[in-house]
Amino acid sequence: MILSRRSVLGGMAVLAAAPARAADYAIAPEPIGEGMWLVCGADEPIETDNGGAIANIAIIATPAGTVLWECGPSIRYARALGKQAEQLTGKPVVRVYVSHLHPDHGMGLGAFDPAIVAALPGTIDALRAEGQGYADGMYRLLGDWMRGTDLVLPGKVIGQGEEDFGGRTLRLLALSGHSGADLALLDSQTGLLLGGDLIFHNRAPSTPTADLAKWRGSLDQLKALPHKGVVPGHGPFDAGGMAAIDQTREWIDWLEATLTQAVRDGLDMVEAGELPIPDRFAAMAAARYELQRSVSHLYPGLEAKLLPRVDVP
Amino acid sequence: MLQRQASLWVALALVSVAAEARAKAPADPLGSPMWEAHARTLFGDDPVRFDPRVKVDFPMIAENQRSFPVAIDARAIPGVTRMVLLVDLNPIPIAIDYRPTHAAAYVATRIKLDQRTPVRGAVQLASGEWLVSGGWVDAAGGGCSAPPVSRVKGDWADHLGEIRGETWPMANGVSRVRLSFRHPMDTGFVANIATYHLEALSVKAGERTLGEMEIWAAVAEDPAITLMVDGGAGEPLRVEARDTNGRDYRAALSVARQSPMPAGR
Repeated sequence: MILSRRSVLGGMAVLAAAPARAADYAIAPEPIGEGMWLVCGADEPIETDNGGAIANIAIIATPAGTVLWECGPSIRYARALGKQAEQLTGKPVVRVYVSHLHPDHGMGLGAFDPAIVAALPGTIDALRAEGQGYADGMYRLLGDWMRGTDLVLPGKVIGQGEEDFGGRTLRLLALSGHSGADLALLDSQTGLLLGGDLIFHNRAPSTPTADLAKWRGSLDQLKALPHKGVVPGHGPFDAGGMAAIDQTREWIDWLEATLTQAVRDGLDMVEAGELPIPDRFAAMAAARYELQRSVSHLYPGLEAKLLPRVDVP
Repeated sequence: MLQRQASLWVALALVSVAAEARAKAPADPLGSPMWEAHARTLFGDDPVRFDPRVKVDFPMIAENQRSFPVAIDARAIPGVTRMVLLVDLNPIPIAIDYRPTHAAAYVATRIKLDQRTPVRGAVQLASGEWLVSGGWVDAAGGGCSAPPVSRVKGDWADHLGEIRGETWPMANGVSRVRLSFRHPMDTGFVANIATYHLEALSVKAGERTLGEMEIWAAVAEDPAITLMVDGGAGEPLRVEARDTNGRDYRAALSVARQSPMPAGR
């Protein structure tokens, strides 16, 4: 077959036009307490079908204005969220919290005035260092969903332990373990705890930036903190407040013990990612996917620790 | 002018006749744009067919395009003499070329991925025939052109030559060997860093070479390699490797005297 240059270019134009404009995000806040709504993320990997809207997001109505917990993966998501939250509460958004550096939680923050977007200092530093890489990755995975989204740094550094919004006090907990800096929030009015990605529920925890020992310490602190229900970073609302914390803890304990044993048993990374997942995690979405990701994150470190030196002069 | 053009046509016609005469590789089930070119280079005139008994195993997601685990298991096929790990769309398409002389037809390692690409295992039988299998892997770009972590940290030279490893007896006098080398495995695609990688590795018992391989920079930084060699409990194994600067690497292992691994591994 002989193709003229024009017909090749024409064919390429058709291909380039193929990825149509992504659909709009469906944002459906559900009430979970007085002046508090939850927008549930999809319990899936970040992919084109969900536009990256996989993280849980909360809307809090305070006398001083609307507070958002997380703002989603893209500027388009964050704009739609802000609009919907303001309609719901009748008050403008006055504060946006970004719990940690991962892009599904806060990459859309450019939809707001950076001065009202607050994060822990460690989160802002990490975004400065790694945010562009995350943005590139999101564009690759999501294409048009990300259009117009740029890396913007939160403008307000969280330095204090609580913030008052006209009488509704939000307690801010600076923790770590899922990443180098993880924010959790306790609402004084409802007693609800917003755990960010320190807490997963019926969705396997992800570990790309994890320090499992610190993560355990943070889970201990959250468990000891008097609270009612828990909004996990991913997965359904936990009205009882303990199940999601316990399940997250159980998974990371199992993960570390299993991968440690896999290195001791001489398994390669491929085999470790194919190990059976216990029945008690059957309700967890994306379990196999996150196990294989965790093998990639944790295995080389375990090998360096557990395999003996064998080099000779 | 006319004459020159005519002779060009004659030359072209001769080339196409020559190409027709050669054994053609079978159509690629993965539809790779590079299949025919790689098949011509790698397999030459040897017969080739796709065979699912060559198990090419890898995770469902390329979490890290600098280090993607792949295992080729052709133990279901008797008489395998050579195993090649081929990554069609990598700028360095061959990662490992392994000859399991006294070893099971199994090799696992981690590779760099420069883009979405087919990842294949090709095994050759004593008859010369090649059996091929594999699948597409989706990956972010840049695995081959990003500087190694140890280059960025600057500590690669402090750890060069460190080898970790262990052996585990399996059933039938075969032992699993795991090795991990500290090496930057520079591809030559990063500005001002020349190609520098492990290029040869062999595992020996006494004077017998159990398995040997050629290695390219498509293998991930700090290469980790899993093999299954003939050798029972208590047998001392020697590992010899060399990099492209001529530096030699030596390791000594002894197969542990312990109960064999559970069946099926």
